[in-house]
Amino acid sequence: MTPTLQLFLIVSAALFSIGLLAALSRRHAIFILIGIELMLAAANLNFVAFWRFGPQPQPPTGVLVAIFSIAIAAAEAAVGLALVIAIYRHYRTTNVDKFDSLKG
Amino acid sequence: MSDSLDQIFISAKHWILSLLSGLPDWVAPIISSLINIGALLGVFLTLFAAISVLERKILGRMQNRYGPNRVGPFGLFQPVADGIKMLIKEDVVPARADKVVHFLAPILVAATAILALGVIPYGRNMTPFAIDGGILFFFAVGSTTELAVFMAGWGSNNKFSMLGAMRAIAQMVSYELPLILTTLPVVMIVGSLSPDAIVAAQDGYSLSILPHWFVTTPWGAAAFVLFFVSGLVESNRTPFDVPEGESEIVAGHMTEYSGFKYATFFMAEYFGMFAVSGLAVTLFLGGWHSPIAALNFIPSYFWFFLKLSALLFVYIWVRGTLPRTRVDQIMNFAWKFMLPMAFTLIVAAAVWHYQGRGLAGWLWSLAVIALVYLALSRLLDTRKKFAPRTYRFAE
Amino acid sequence: MNNVAFLVIAIITLSGALAAAALPKLIHAALSLVIVFVGVAAYFFLLGAEFVGLVQVFVYIGAVAVLIVFTILLTRREVTGDRGINWGGAIVALAVFTGLLWTILKTKSLAIPAPQIEPVTVKVIGEVLMTNYVWPLQCVGLVLTAALIGALILVMEEKREER
Repeated sequence: MTPTLQLFLIVSAALFSIGLLAALSRRHAIFILIGIELMLAAANLNFVAFWRFGPQPQPPTGVLVAIFSIAIAAAEAAVGLALVIAIYRHYRTTNVDKFDSLKG
Repeated sequence: MSDSLDQIFISAKHWILSLLSGLPDWVAPIISSLINIGALLGVFLTLFAAISVLERKILGRMQNRYGPNRVGPFGLFQPVADGIKMLIKEDVVPARADKVVHFLAPILVAATAILALGVIPYGRNMTPFAIDGGILFFFAVGSTTELAVFMAGWGSNNKFSMLGAMRAIAQMVSYELPLILTTLPVVMIVGSLSPDAIVAAQDGYSLSILPHWFVTTPWGAAAFVLFFVSGLVESNRTPFDVPEGESEIVAGHMTEYSGFKYATFFMAEYFGMFAVSGLAVTLFLGGWHSPIAALNFIPSYFWFFLKLSALLFVYIWVRGTLPRTRVDQIMNFAWKFMLPMAFTLIVAAAVWHYQGRGLAGWLWSLAVIALVYLALSRLLDTRKKFAPRTYRFAE
Repeated sequence: MNNVAFLVIAIITLSGALAAAALPKLIHAALSLVIVFVGVAAYFFLLGAEFVGLVQVFVYIGAVAVLIVFTILLTRREVTGDRGINWGGAIVALAVFTGLLWTILKTKSLAIPAPQIEPVTVKVIGEVLMTNYVWPLQCVGLVLTAALIGALILVMEEKREER
């Protein structure tokens, strides 16, 4: 099958929903972060696919949005993982069901 | 005649491809890539075998003894004996180790090292994979090595391995930044990330004897030194071989590996050395250009491998000469000295470019570098403050 | 564009993603995530955006994956895995996928083959970054600096005052 835009979008939709599955159904904080990274990767793929299949010639807007998105995802992963470590130090567990009291 | 000798490998490859002209269209690029990969592996595996025995002989001579000299003429068949020994050793995997991770780690380390070798121009028109962002590809693949080192440490289920892997990753991550930032002046001046373009920009000679290599400029020389030192650290060589310090943590992340897997780690370390030296030759030493215009008839790959051998000799020389540094000294050096120097080199390269690229530019950029270097050496005082010694004698 | 390449990369990426979502041991899931990142980078190369593919390998595999793996190492008390997939989450994910699939297949204007372009060069990206997108570039720099300082503050041990 010639890869049309529909096929790329189907693959990225599948990747997104698998990431959603990981983020919703696991109890370990790091698994949830893995799901979020999967969803971000699917969105980047979407951007670049739409840029590629759009009317040519066009400025590399989709490519640049993907680059910025990758940079922001790295920043978010760093802060998210730092949060997980800080919470682990306090609660001694990473099961998100146990993070249920606002009092420190 | 010299031109055809220069392009002899390219002509051989085109001849082989012409033999297969009857096959469909999509076969030719695949066969061409396979020939490139085969040639790359053949050349570098031979170089690895040669280096493994030459290193021991050179280290021996520096320590006033012969190196291995039993196995062949002057001991030069030692790699054959080493290879046979490594292959017939029993492959011991710890019982509670993570089998998949333990198995994949040496493969990944070797694979990333070999991938990095693919974008370096070895001669005129002789880059195996000429992509537009070649330098970025090199660093992207090199940064994957840290993950493979972690897999090796984790998969062994051994505290020494884990500790060695953490130290190795801390060291490698810290020196990624100076490694990449020192290539930034070169990329900025050339205006392209492609290694072919960088080598082509170092063409030309002043007065027919002084080549236009980037190492002849002040920022280029400083960047070359910083890049070389970062390369030493990235490949975990003495004086920065804390991850495999034999007297401290046995063999670090390679403790639980024996036989062929250990040989793979060993090979990956040397391939990393080749890759970093090859990139240093491409970026700073003019790639495959000859140093004097009159010697242009000698083939380009000969000059590349001559410069590569010179850099490898410096690697071995440093190993035989310097003692091991402490972990905190390594970290301080990276973050407090090399990073500011790398930033000033970018500024110095811009100064060199905008002052015209002649003598005025040379002197101005030298002034910038010297100023920052003197300021850093006065302001940084990273000696550990020890309390005065107290002695307790037996009563 | 190559059909075989598309299919192979799709299989690798989706199986890696399923492994990352479903494997019980955390370290195996993190390494499957690395396989997904490699697959997505291969897709970027296939789509002609080589620079994005290289940045993906560099940032995601070289930095984010190492961060995840280090955090797994530092938070290792909890060794009991989760008790299977939560069915509510699975139903929601399946519903989302069905909705997206229906939308994609309904839109006829998306069934187009790829126009022929040359891969976008680094030079073009550099020029656009420095002229049209210079403000987003500076903002991303600020965000990264803030994230760096924030992450450091979050994990620094609190200094005890009685010394």
